[in-house]
Amino acid sequence: MTIIFILIPLGLVLVGLALWAFFWAVGDGQFDDLESPGWAVLADDPAAGPDEARR
Amino acid sequence: MNAPAGAGCFHCGEPLPELPRYAVSVDGRERRVCCAGCRAAAEFIQGAGLGDYYRFRTAVAPRPQAAGGDDVWATYDRPEVQAPLLGRDGDAAVVNLLVEDLRCAACSWLIGARLGRLPGVVRASVNPATARAQVAFDPRQSGLATVLRAIAALGYRPHVLGAADTLAVATRERRGALKRLAVAGFGMMQVMMIATALYIGAVDGMDPVIREYLRIISLVVTAPVLVYAGRPFFAGALASLRARHVGMDVPVAIGIGLAFAASAWNTLRHVGDVYFDSVVMFIFLLLLGRYVEMLARHRAGSTAEALLRLVPATALRLAAGGRERVPVAVLAAGDRVLVPVGECFPADGRVVAGATEADEALLTGESQPVAKAEGARVIAGALNCASPVTVEIAAVGQSTVLAGIVRLLERAQTERPRIARLADRAAAWFVSRVLIGAALVAALWLVVDPARAFEATLAVLVVTCPCALSLATPTAITAATATLARAGLLVTRPDALEELARADTVLFDKTGTLSLGRPRLEQVSVRGLGREQALAIAAALERGSAHPLAQAFDAIAAAPAEDAAVFPGRGVEGSVAAVRYRIGTAEFVAELAGPRPAGVAEAGVHLGSAAGWLAALEFGDALRPGAAEVVRELESLGLEPRIASGDQAAAVGAAAGALGIRRWQARLLPADKLALLARLRAGGARVLAVGDGVNDAPTLRAAPVSLALGTGSALAQASADLVALRGELGTLPLAVRTARRTTAIIRQNLVWSAGYNLVALPVAALGWVPPWLAAVGMSASSLLVVLNALRLARRPRPARPGGARRALARPVAAT
Repeated sequence: MTIIFILIPLGLVLVGLALWAFFWAVGDGQFDDLESPGWAVLADDPAAGPDEARR
Repeated sequence: MNAPAGAGCFHCGEPLPELPRYAVSVDGRERRVCCAGCRAAAEFIQGAGLGDYYRFRTAVAPRPQAAGGDDVWATYDRPEVQAPLLGRDGDAAVVNLLVEDLRCAACSWLIGARLGRLPGVVRASVNPATARAQVAFDPRQSGLATVLRAIAALGYRPHVLGAADTLAVATRERRGALKRLAVAGFGMMQVMMIATALYIGAVDGMDPVIREYLRIISLVVTAPVLVYAGRPFFAGALASLRARHVGMDVPVAIGIGLAFAASAWNTLRHVGDVYFDSVVMFIFLLLLGRYVEMLARHRAGSTAEALLRLVPATALRLAAGGRERVPVAVLAAGDRVLVPVGECFPADGRVVAGATEADEALLTGESQPVAKAEGARVIAGALNCASPVTVEIAAVGQSTVLAGIVRLLERAQTERPRIARLADRAAAWFVSRVLIGAALVAALWLVVDPARAFEATLAVLVVTCPCALSLATPTAITAATATLARAGLLVTRPDALEELARADTVLFDKTGTLSLGRPRLEQVSVRGLGREQALAIAAALERGSAHPLAQAFDAIAAAPAEDAAVFPGRGVEGSVAAVRYRIGTAEFVAELAGPRPAGVAEAGVHLGSAAGWLAALEFGDALRPGAAEVVRELESLGLEPRIASGDQAAAVGAAAGALGIRRWQARLLPADKLALLARLRAGGARVLAVGDGVNDAPTLRAAPVSLALGTGSALAQASADLVALRGELGTLPLAVRTARRTTAIIRQNLVWSAGYNLVALPVAALGWVPPWLAAVGMSASSLLVVLNALRLARRPRPARPGGARRALARPVAAT
């Protein structure tokens, strides 16, 4: 069972990383709007200008 | 939901006129729209390659304003106007906007995509949940006016919030709460996992080295959770102790603080038991409840924002050199402004040229438009609905009627009595008893056996850890709030449910609440032509009129009459099929149709031509569908309905009679409504106030519990405890029933946790509680409380089908 002396701290480090990533995401505004970005994916070509958009 | 196919305008969902026909081609299919504005908007959306909007939208679009001659937004390009409104982000200028009518994710995508194509726009983020947009643009390439114009061209109404983002406070709060929730959640997973090993080890036996190791790890993980995620509880407890009041935060702070301290002490001493798992679970569950509560509060909006929507952003000021658009903020008393039809009065004032009618329904509750002749007073926020007038401004800002209502609102807030929450009272009682008990135990053991005194006292404090007690209320309220949210009812203040369960009187507003607040054709008596024909002519004359009565003809298809002219306070004249008709007051029609024949009453609206009197029409303020059932259901729940309205006595009496409400009062000003509320409360009544208008806002704020309709004014919604999102009264009985069940469950939970502690305390005091039993007891009592509360989240009563749909398909625009 001595392996847990390494594995548990390692797990905690991973948790710390996950938390850091989450904090970054929250700070970046990733959680401010959970609705519209989902729809944006479905839109055909949001980057196209008015002229290219007429396929 | 897509736009109702065939039934209405493809773009905005309004009913279609028979003639003229407007159509757009969308994805190869011809779609009909109701007006030139909608056609322009739909063509623009198609042409810009943004047609996906129609595929993904979940609500119909707002109807674009008919393009007027003057450019409303040009004034925003003037440096002195724009400077205070813009923030800076590097080279770009940043502006925060509130976008009215922004209803779904597709809307926000549409606006975002449109703005993204303007030259010089660096970034445009549009949030449908908050109806906010933040736009960063290069001021050398695009002006603020270009941005606003682009949004307005899509049919939305942008309001400039200024550089200081009022939303930043809410965003910071939400982000902080989310981070704390994550810390507590991650910590809980880790500690629970280790706790499982420890529990199994306690039964099966475990190497003491590993046991100590696992306990230290638990301590290491719990400490940051307690310090970071648990901070709001300690801060709250400190604040409430400073205010010499034992709130719910106090037992929570004592509970988690003591359980942690005891566990940490035991870990370091290598003896006794640890409760780290309970501490983190407890913090996580409470934070979750608070998070849900906060989301509801943010959605309801703030008073300041609600006011912004009420008054127009700009006004047409008449100056010596002509007229110019200026922001309302620069207007001063004595200025003269021209108010076109369909716009709101920007400030309080006096009509100096022209005559019109004003729709003050949201401000005073008056359901009929009020005639404003020269010299009449007009109030800011009222809608000009008959003809353009020139107004000399008498008051701006703080001295307007509207500002007076807001002051009333603020006073109402302070007059609201402190509601002693069930759980707060229980907490105060419980915490004091436990602390006294623990002190007694410590004293007794010091006398009997000083060596065991510490251990026994600790056992008392830990076993009686008020976890279950503190969870009793928040879990029940969170579950009930979620259930109501699914039914379309937003609970913005958590203690509203307790007060709602106790309410015994319902104080309804009439206009816009019990009634729809828009006129409906009640009776038509015709002379010499068919009913349908008369209605078609009337509809043709009223088409295109901003007068509230014209709305009654919306459902009747008709092409607009030719050269229709509006006579404020009197009627409309126009030609249909080369015959001149007049619709309006008896006096007005008589000028064309000759003297009023016997048997035609003077009251009401008349239709006539040179050939004679054709029809008499009567209008009423139509009752909201289902209002009568709601009133009956509330009565069966033991609540006494009353009406307090600002409308005329006749209209209120008729509505009361139709609904079977015996007690009603009419012609009440906002202050009168407050006084009535105070009288009712003095008589011992527990009042639930229901309203929708600006004039109801102070009452809604002052009442112990209040409900606003989501279709009404934003100010009312910001003032109320509950908001019926779909603008339906039907959810009210459901809310009362849910509230009563919630209180019952809170009570059960409190009794259970108190009972558990009553049994556990003496046993612990005697030193008989083995460590594992204390842990099991603590967890089991908390779990039971949570499970009991979850019963509230089960199966909400299905809302009546159809009703909700209709309300969504036909949003009522709030002015």
